[in-house]
Amino acid sequence: MPNTSSSKKHCQDQPQLSGPIPKSHMAKSEENKKNSGKKLKDVEISVPIVYGNIAFWLGKKASEYQSHKWTIYVRGASNEDLGVIIKRVVFQLHSSFNNPMRVVDAPPFELSEAGWGEFEIAITLYFHSDVCDKPLNLYHHLKLYPEDENSSMSTKKPVVVELYDEIVFPDPSEAFLARVLNHPAVHLPRLPAGLTLPPPIPVEDASKRRKGDTKDNPLSQWFLNFSEADELLQLAAARQQVQAHISKLKRQISLIEGQHKQLKSSSDQ
Amino acid sequence: MDAKDILGLHKTSFPSSIEKKSRPPKESQRKPDGISREVYALTGGMPPLMPSIDASQLKKKHNEKVTWQWLPFTNSARKDDLHLYHWVRIVNGVLPTGDYSFAKYNKSVDIIKYTDEEYEKYLTDPMWTKEETNELFDLCERFDLRFVVIADRFSSSRTVEELKDRYYSVLRAIVLARAASSGDVATHPVIKEPYNVSQEIERKRALSMVLSQTRQHEKRDEEVLIEAKRIAELRMASKVAEQSQLVVATNADAEVTERAVPGESLSPSNVQHPPMAVPSPITDNASTLASLRMLRVYLRTYALEQMVQVSNSTAGVRTIKRVEQTLQDLGVNLKPRVPTKAVCAEHLELRREILTWLNLQKQVQYKEAEGSSYRDGTYGETPDTPKDRTFIPDSLNFGGERVGKKDQKRKGHGAQPTAAHKRPRKQKASDL
Repeated sequence: MPNTSSSKKHCQDQPQLSGPIPKSHMAKSEENKKNSGKKLKDVEISVPIVYGNIAFWLGKKASEYQSHKWTIYVRGASNEDLGVIIKRVVFQLHSSFNNPMRVVDAPPFELSEAGWGEFEIAITLYFHSDVCDKPLNLYHHLKLYPEDENSSMSTKKPVVVELYDEIVFPDPSEAFLARVLNHPAVHLPRLPAGLTLPPPIPVEDASKRRKGDTKDNPLSQWFLNFSEADELLQLAAARQQVQAHISKLKRQISLIEGQHKQLKSSSDQ
Repeated sequence: MDAKDILGLHKTSFPSSIEKKSRPPKESQRKPDGISREVYALTGGMPPLMPSIDASQLKKKHNEKVTWQWLPFTNSARKDDLHLYHWVRIVNGVLPTGDYSFAKYNKSVDIIKYTDEEYEKYLTDPMWTKEETNELFDLCERFDLRFVVIADRFSSSRTVEELKDRYYSVLRAIVLARAASSGDVATHPVIKEPYNVSQEIERKRALSMVLSQTRQHEKRDEEVLIEAKRIAELRMASKVAEQSQLVVATNADAEVTERAVPGESLSPSNVQHPPMAVPSPITDNASTLASLRMLRVYLRTYALEQMVQVSNSTAGVRTIKRVEQTLQDLGVNLKPRVPTKAVCAEHLELRREILTWLNLQKQVQYKEAEGSSYRDGTYGETPDTPKDRTFIPDSLNFGGERVGKKDQKRKGHGAQPTAAHKRPRKQKASDL
């Protein structure tokens, strides 16, 4: 069964077991595509990302309709270049903006605007064709005003809201895996032994691209840190406590049951 | 003013005045123009929706001279030469032309006429004699294919379906025989969709069954259908779970199972924003994992949400609230701030352990209740198992949930507890 569109790749079987169409009828490029359609079991690719917004109050320069300058973005959690996975990002702004559907074709995937209102922004991530043909949606409520109503707004200190999440690809294609094998933006589990991957096929013209990582981004000084260590510690401590309670109760139950047995036997006599 | 409102005094003074106000306008509405009140009342006391006479017509000028004459007429729809008389409207001395105006309604069906030759060649049938077939066609012509009437008039007793079958088969055979080529008549309804006797009999039987069903039957059928749907969904979920296990187990057979898995129509839309409408009820972890894999891409937070839902599905709303309260008390975020794979796994495990803990608490309380019944000597009586009443024995209750509803709202703990409290709503983790 010839694969003519990438969407079929994920669902159909391999060239070796395919139907009656002989290989000589397929074009060379199609054959390559078919090989890359092979999926790996138990290999999950995850891409840690951080998305959110930074908003600066314009202070004296603020007008009625433009009181803040804000930037919404999606970045790698460790500020690595997400362009290896994401092809483009579409930010859907409030309808009161001109051209509310803003497309960002290259990393860093960010969008800056000026405004006065807070609203929900729909962020759609479109991936490269060998990664996934389905887009992924994120939603972020744009925050301009500080949480604490009493704190004064300053033009120097922005309001920052960032959320950590991970994009998970449960069944990545071999081509995808080959391409991102050693990329810092991507987390891979230990690969099965003896796994041979096809040579990586680049999906974009590397020479054309500008720097995609956000390490030296002008806003990077405001980026928050997300370390799982703290949370893991917290969770481990909590689990210990709960487990202790559980054992205590189990002991209690067996004690009570013992007492009941005694009471029962004494009353029966 | 407000007091009167509250007491409703104000309202009582209104109705009478409102009545008085409403009556005069109604009376004035009733006064009709041009016809007396009693006559108007005959029409229902309401103005008609549409005027029966076009009022504008009455005002138009009448230029034509109209007279009426008593004249004879014939009806082309009649086969005999009957002459009848009627009034005819003559305009400016000119008679109206044309056939009797109702003649065009004399429609009939064109029943085919087969020759004896054709009968011998194409239409013979073991179940039908030539006489019967001739009679059938004669009746069809007379009664315009109204088979119920035809069946009634037919000399031998044949069912409507049999008659229809014979008629349509004959018609089909003739049409095919007379056609120059088979392509010519391919669009003829009798050729395109031949009459299917058995299907018709079945269909009518089913219809009559449905019609004669009592309401009770209907209700029972609905219940069964709902049950069946539920079972089907469960089966789908377990089938998907099986599939996922197959996929995990058989690496070599990867391609085969890959082909099978997409066949499942279980592919929820990839909208990650909660709430999401999942087609089948999430019953267990395996099916959730399988459905996540179907998505091809998803967010870690979404996956965690789904797994939390699964673990919550066995618990009631109150228990879920208690789990969340416990998490807060332990200083854990309800939604992890850094949801990595490890963090999510730990979070999930913690939730499960808290559920276990809460269940054990309930067990202990239950056992204690049993124990008190032994001690009281009321062993043998079934102890009262209240849904939310928790008997907290002294040994467990350090902090003190109090008797009386007022005190439950207080967050702090108090002094000595007393035995057998009723309805403490929030049992804090720090109590135990």
